[in-house]
Amino acid sequence: MADVIEVGAARGDAPPPAGGRLRRRGATERGHRATPYLFLAPYLVLFGVFGLAPILFGVWISLHQWDLQLPNRPFIGLGNYRDLFSSDSAIYGDWWSSVRATAIFTVLSVPLLVVVPLGLALLLNRSFPGRTFFRAAFFAPYVLGVAVIGLLWRFLLDANLGLVNRLLGAVGLPSDTPWVTDVPWAWVSLVGVTVWWTCGFNAVIYLAGLQDIPAELYEAARVDGANGWDRFRHVTLPGLRPVLLFVLTTTILASANVFGQAFLITQGAPGEQTRTVVWRIVDEGLRDYDAGRAAAMSVLFALMLAVVSIVNFRLFRYRED
Amino acid sequence: MTSLRRGVRYAVLLLITAVFVTPVVWMLLTSLKTYADAQQDPPSWLPNPFSTYGYDAIINNTANPVLRWFVNSMLAATLHTLLVLVTASMAAYALARLRFHGRRLSFALIVGTLFLPPTSLIIPNFVIAERLDWIDTLTVVVVPGAASAFGVFFLRQFFLSIPRELEEAAVLDGANHWQVFTRVLLPLSKPALATLAVLSFLTNWNDFLWPVYVLFSPERLTLPAGLGLLQGAYVTDYPVIMAGAMLASVPVLILFVLAQRHVIQGVSRSGLKG
Repeated sequence: MADVIEVGAARGDAPPPAGGRLRRRGATERGHRATPYLFLAPYLVLFGVFGLAPILFGVWISLHQWDLQLPNRPFIGLGNYRDLFSSDSAIYGDWWSSVRATAIFTVLSVPLLVVVPLGLALLLNRSFPGRTFFRAAFFAPYVLGVAVIGLLWRFLLDANLGLVNRLLGAVGLPSDTPWVTDVPWAWVSLVGVTVWWTCGFNAVIYLAGLQDIPAELYEAARVDGANGWDRFRHVTLPGLRPVLLFVLTTTILASANVFGQAFLITQGAPGEQTRTVVWRIVDEGLRDYDAGRAAAMSVLFALMLAVVSIVNFRLFRYRED
Repeated sequence: MTSLRRGVRYAVLLLITAVFVTPVVWMLLTSLKTYADAQQDPPSWLPNPFSTYGYDAIINNTANPVLRWFVNSMLAATLHTLLVLVTASMAAYALARLRFHGRRLSFALIVGTLFLPPTSLIIPNFVIAERLDWIDTLTVVVVPGAASAFGVFFLRQFFLSIPRELEEAAVLDGANHWQVFTRVLLPLSKPALATLAVLSFLTNWNDFLWPVYVLFSPERLTLPAGLGLLQGAYVTDYPVIMAGAMLASVPVLILFVLAQRHVIQGVSRSGLKG
């Protein structure tokens, strides 16, 4: 993503060629001084109210004892944050259990979501009859919403009526695995479903990256006698580095924000072991009306993710040197 | 040798396709079964008999007005898409083509929020929506999502890739900025606008977390939010639940088949080229 911004900023800020500048000045003189702001205004209103203000407002809420149902919202400083860190507070156990659940899911799902789609993209990265069809088929689950795939997989993974256990039974494997009600199966289910659902998305991003690698590089490697594995290691992987970083970063963010799969498929089971951070935040804030505490969780969680992203960038930068 | 390799390649591709497609086919087939048929062990692949039991149950349902949810979702996704197209394209024009004080700052702020997990804003956005009296209305599932930076960023990159010559010709003919924008730039940007429209529609149609927590009245729900209720009400009556899931899937699957190129292009652009 850093590359995206650098490219964008460079384009936006670079002084235009002299001719362009002169002509553009002429064009601007025709418009009123307010014209640019009028073009921006409709979006900026939306962005200000629902994109920018909530960032500051969220921090503000987190510093208050903010019950959605009570008119009085006293300022309590870092009280909500202290609760999240002190083991004698009522929320401590629930909060860290949700952090643990989210960490488990992220650590298990991200490697698969980075590697499996790369394999798919490599399979599709040359032209052959039917290529568009296969690409669409791999991508298709992603256009279904999480509500649909959640209901569908709750059914498929049903211990008694589900297709998964019945197919396993038909080939002589155990047919009574509690896929959605016990660990570790619940984790296998959540990760497996998420890979099935979203790996086509990452595959499409990889495909675009693969097509940007110049064919001459592969030719040169072939001339030098490199075999398929050598070409993958020395041409494909280095060529994909920015795409890999992008996929890794966005996938970590997406996995850490998992909600619908756990909400619909395992429904938190067993106990509350698969109840994730986002789920805990919205329940705390919007079901139990403790918006202050939920906002503190959101801020803390955003900071945790920021640290992960920064570490991620650092690691990749270093490897590049 | 090569024909053998080609054979293996197609076999692998077909196997993977089966993994992706079978669950969706199973959803369709189950939605056409009777309750008893869906309980059979071992399961029958094809419905026996073909039945509209599941669809009848969701159509004549006053406790769970599924068709109403469908209409709500259609309205919300359509209005959301229009709102995104209008606001994002105007803002992108200003950011790509006009010079003004604060351009850099506003672009940096907009792009900066792309890195923010949207879930981290849910609590403050709920409080804001409540102050606006939008909770449990159609507006609350149409408007706030349009603050996303993606559309502006995506269209700005596209506008920058269009050569200025055509616009300059229009300016020489006396066109003002609004005319340049609506008569020159927008017609040239049809593919990008179509891509953004399809992606916005999909995103809004599939949105789950936000509607579940901001809509309450049964007749106000969107389809994804309602499906959660359907699961609670019908537990293991899978033909009914799968019929509901089909209703939520068919429009987006049709849209995907018709606009596949746009969806795929939009996603691959979101990667590197912006």
